[in-house]
Amino acid sequence: MKAVFIRDVTLAFRAGGGFGLALAFFLIVVILVPFGIGPDRAILARIAPGILWVAALLACLLSLDRIFALDYEDGSLPLLATSPLPLEGLVLAKSAAHMVVTGLPLTIAAPALGFLLNMQAGAYPWLVVSLAIGTPALSMIGAFGAALTVGLRRGGLLLSLLVLPLYVPTLIFGADLVRRGADGLSVTVPLMMLSVITLGAVALMPFAAAAVLRINLR
Amino acid sequence: MSLRVTDLTCARGGVSVLSDMSFDVPAGAALILRGPNGVGKTTLLRTLAGLQPALSGRVEMAKESSAYASHADGVKQALTVTENLRFWAEIYGHDVPDAIYQTFDLDDLRQRLAGTLSAGQKRRLGLARLALIKRRVLFLDEPTVSLDAFSVKLFAQWMQGHLTGGGSAVIATHIDLGLDAPELDLTPYIATQDETGGSDEAFL
Repeated sequence: MKAVFIRDVTLAFRAGGGFGLALAFFLIVVILVPFGIGPDRAILARIAPGILWVAALLACLLSLDRIFALDYEDGSLPLLATSPLPLEGLVLAKSAAHMVVTGLPLTIAAPALGFLLNMQAGAYPWLVVSLAIGTPALSMIGAFGAALTVGLRRGGLLLSLLVLPLYVPTLIFGADLVRRGADGLSVTVPLMMLSVITLGAVALMPFAAAAVLRINLR
Repeated sequence: MSLRVTDLTCARGGVSVLSDMSFDVPAGAALILRGPNGVGKTTLLRTLAGLQPALSGRVEMAKESSAYASHADGVKQALTVTENLRFWAEIYGHDVPDAIYQTFDLDDLRQRLAGTLSAGQKRRLGLARLALIKRRVLFLDEPTVSLDAFSVKLFAQWMQGHLTGGGSAVIATHIDLGLDAPELDLTPYIATQDETGGSDEAFL
């Protein structure tokens, strides 16, 4: 599993690996929003948590199909499937790599972009916490979607349609956590719900993804 | 006996392709699969490797003893030759012995990115993977595609060593590898087309 993780992270940083794609998309969306909304600082402060979370979610979605599609194209997926590494472990390692390559940079960049949206001071720590807890769920659920569409050419559209509804709970509680943090309210409930979603996804999705990979590799 | 196949029927896309195959491959022996394009050589190898379920029949071999190599090499273009080999070695829990680079004539290419290799060099890299994972029973699908005569000889030499060491192999190929191995023509086993498989793929 360690080998797969290291390989995927290495590949992401090599030429054409797609590192920075999600980050650049995140940056562009968040920078463009104030231009679209106008310079009303009260409105920007109000929508900042939601915009940041929606942008992070879409940025994450952008690179999902690469999780398995690249390995499928060059033939390493069937070879990995017949290796001693269980497919569940493969899914876990590849989602972890996806999280490090997309979720982690988004989490680190988010506070700087919160500043652009005039986010309230109290929200910054919760923005980082919510993304740190929430992006693993995005990667895990996304890996399941990527496994479902692995054999399809141009499966990106189908993948988005399948995965977006599954992302909704993470988005609701993630954005709510930041909003409550900004307003100085108690964050216990969204924090716990977000953690539950992530833990559930990490526990269940590797099995679901491995099962559909097995069917797709037939 | 390292591989025993009994009454195997395998299917592609829910339609049975080959039916009622039975054969043994003892340790130290190879079996060459012959047959025209589309007869089901790849389907049979994928079924043997466990990538797809058989419609009926049994495949018996020791657990965790087989390896599969397909048309594609599973080589990552953005990694170097050494990195590619090291990855597969780690997956199987082995080291990369230096001798592998000589065996498959990859010595001068160690630090080259796999994306810059020629098709034949990539193939040699793919075959070197087989040597380093040390599996006894190999299922090889057209291992010599895009290899030149010299590389085919290198591969045949390595395969001979693998067999002498007690390994075995089922190889689908159209050329003569120069191995002393029985050949199995798949044409007599072609399934009659009205037989439909038990797979749900036909409904998808």
